[in-house]
Amino acid sequence: MLETRPNFDRPDESYALLIKAHEGLSEAESHAMNARLILILMNQIGDHAVIAEALALARNVRAAT
Amino acid sequence: MRTPVTERYPLAFRLYPYVKSPDQTAVTPIRHKVVVAGGGPVGLATALDLGLRGVPVLVCDDQEGVGLGSRAICFAKRTLEICDRLGAGVSMLAKGVQWNIGKVFHDNRLLYEFNLLPEDGHAFPAFINLQQPLFEKFLHEAIVKAQSQGAPIEIRGSNRIDAVVRHEDHVTIDVMTPDGPYVLEADWLVACDGARSPIRSMLGHGFDGRVFEDNFLIADVKMKANFPTERWFWFEPHFKSGDSALLHKQPDDIWRIDFQLGWNIDRQKELKPENIRARVSAMLGPDVDYELDWCSIYTFQCRRMEKFRNGPVLFAGDSAHQVSPFGARGANSGMQDADNLGWKLALVVQGLAPDTLLDSYDSERVYGADENIANSTRATDFITPKSAISKLFRDAVLQLAETVPFARTVVNSGRLSMPCTYDGSPLNGPDVASFPARTRPGSPCPDAPIGADWLLRLLGGNFTLLAIDADVPTTFSACGIPLSVLSVSGRDNKALGERYLGNATSAVYLIRPDQHVAARFEHFDEEVVAAAVGRAIAKDVVDA
Ligand SMILES: Cc1cc2nc3c(=O)[nH]c(=O)nc-3n(C[C@H](O)[C@H](O)[C@H](O)COP(=O)(O)OP(=O)(O)OC[C@H]3O[C@@H](n4cnc5c(N)ncnc54)[C@H](O)[C@@H]3O)c2cc1C
Repeated sequence: MLETRPNFDRPDESYALLIKAHEGLSEAESHAMNARLILILMNQIGDHAVIAEALALARNVRAAT
Repeated sequence: MRTPVTERYPLAFRLYPYVKSPDQTAVTPIRHKVVVAGGGPVGLATALDLGLRGVPVLVCDDQEGVGLGSRAICFAKRTLEICDRLGAGVSMLAKGVQWNIGKVFHDNRLLYEFNLLPEDGHAFPAFINLQQPLFEKFLHEAIVKAQSQGAPIEIRGSNRIDAVVRHEDHVTIDVMTPDGPYVLEADWLVACDGARSPIRSMLGHGFDGRVFEDNFLIADVKMKANFPTERWFWFEPHFKSGDSALLHKQPDDIWRIDFQLGWNIDRQKELKPENIRARVSAMLGPDVDYELDWCSIYTFQCRRMEKFRNGPVLFAGDSAHQVSPFGARGANSGMQDADNLGWKLALVVQGLAPDTLLDSYDSERVYGADENIANSTRATDFITPKSAISKLFRDAVLQLAETVPFARTVVNSGRLSMPCTYDGSPLNGPDVASFPARTRPGSPCPDAPIGADWLLRLLGGNFTLLAIDADVPTTFSACGIPLSVLSVSGRDNKALGERYLGNATSAVYLIRPDQHVAARFEHFDEEVVAAAVGRAIAKDVVDA
């Protein structure tokens, strides 16, 4: 099942790292990096059902909450 | 529809020249048991299977043989196993180029390689490459041989089906020949008349699906080259001859090369020999001598009919479903249609099974078609991304795949044809959950060596009781069908043990005539096995 409760170790640091990782990239480079990142994280999750839930939540965040 | 019969395409082999049949001058139309429309690979295999089962079958093809020009080249292990049962597998294997390994490149870098048959103990390799005209010729040779041994198969060349009228329990067929038209009747019509199926249109059936907005140049070139016999696929190749490229070896020093050209192209221009040569030379390098053997440009689609059975009319092969070729699932799935239909139609014609057995042809092969369409759609979407975002992710996968192993599992240059497992089929009987999953009911039997022979060869094409270190009677029949009984031992037979026993020491399998598992049991019990036979032929009441 998709974890929607807080699960970050260090939420502020992780978020800052995400923003920092994009520094100095053009928009196209940022999109490409995001695409790679999504694939890497999808593989980390592995479980197809969880990935499907995450995608549905991202697509339709209002309906899900 | 009085247009004369014309040669629509040049022939590679004239196999069944027109001969006038007495049917053409009969006063009342002659009724046939089974008419097969179309003598492509699927029509020939269907006719051969029926004929070998003793069912009279008439094939009508509007040409007199096999068309020139290679379409299919990759024939899968399951297809070879089916053809072996039909008597054509050995000659195909002898002529074909065997391969198990595929390599995928991005630009000039090898991303990964795969082995399609990573285990021993199979009579046939994962794939052979063989020009489709040769594949059809070998099937035809097997038909000629079966005919000489009494199989009731007739092929009529230059017999074009122009109209079909469906009745409750038969069809009326208008046929055009060089001597003019005549009328036939058939209890059953199997439409194997290809992707443009005139019969599908005559009966008003739809054929829905997706067209992929891309063009592929297919070039067969003749050259002496020492590339290994592997499937090589490039995304965005360094030689820039297309958005992707594919290289395959065929027999007789012919190589198949595919180039992805994109959507908005000038076909006439691209087909000019000098333009084709420019692409091929960029790929092969300046020093390679070659001749263009055969070239064509295709667009690809994935679609199927809603139902493969419509009363007495059955659709098989490309007439019923069409896929893009990445994964070689066209002819290979059509051969599985023929394999699935042959025994069922034979039992129905012989009065041994109710005609509802043919509804399972529809449900099982629709299930198979959907699996094939899903696989080849995914591959085509990866090769031809349909939006900017889809291209972004595709490129991200390719970039990661060079260094990060997980990404290689997502790279999709075609998931090569595997036989379908009919999970959930109404024909499936009891299972033993602790037996290996790969041989659960609905599965195609995996091969295994048995002494100097092979399991699939010993299974043949009848209902078979396969006993592995288990006690079974030496003869057994159920529902009026005599079963073959095959007793083998899993001791000292690693492949058989792994594939059929798992941790068990004995097992009893009921195998269908198409070599799919119908049911499996720990012990033989006459009543239980007979009930499973009944279920496998769609007979509710067992009258053994
Ligand atoms: C470029 C390309 C590459 C491919 N590669 C592969 C591959 O590697 N592996 C694979 O498995 N598949 C491959 N395929 C698909 C494969 O070629 C087809 O799936 C296969 O030919 C289908 O066989 P069929 O018998 O259903 O139809 P067809 O081969 O189309 O045969 C239909 C027959 O019906 C006859 N006919 C038509 N109308 C009438 C009529 N009115 N009356 C009487 N007869 C009629 C025709 O003359 C023809 O003989 C490829 C296809 C293409 C285009």
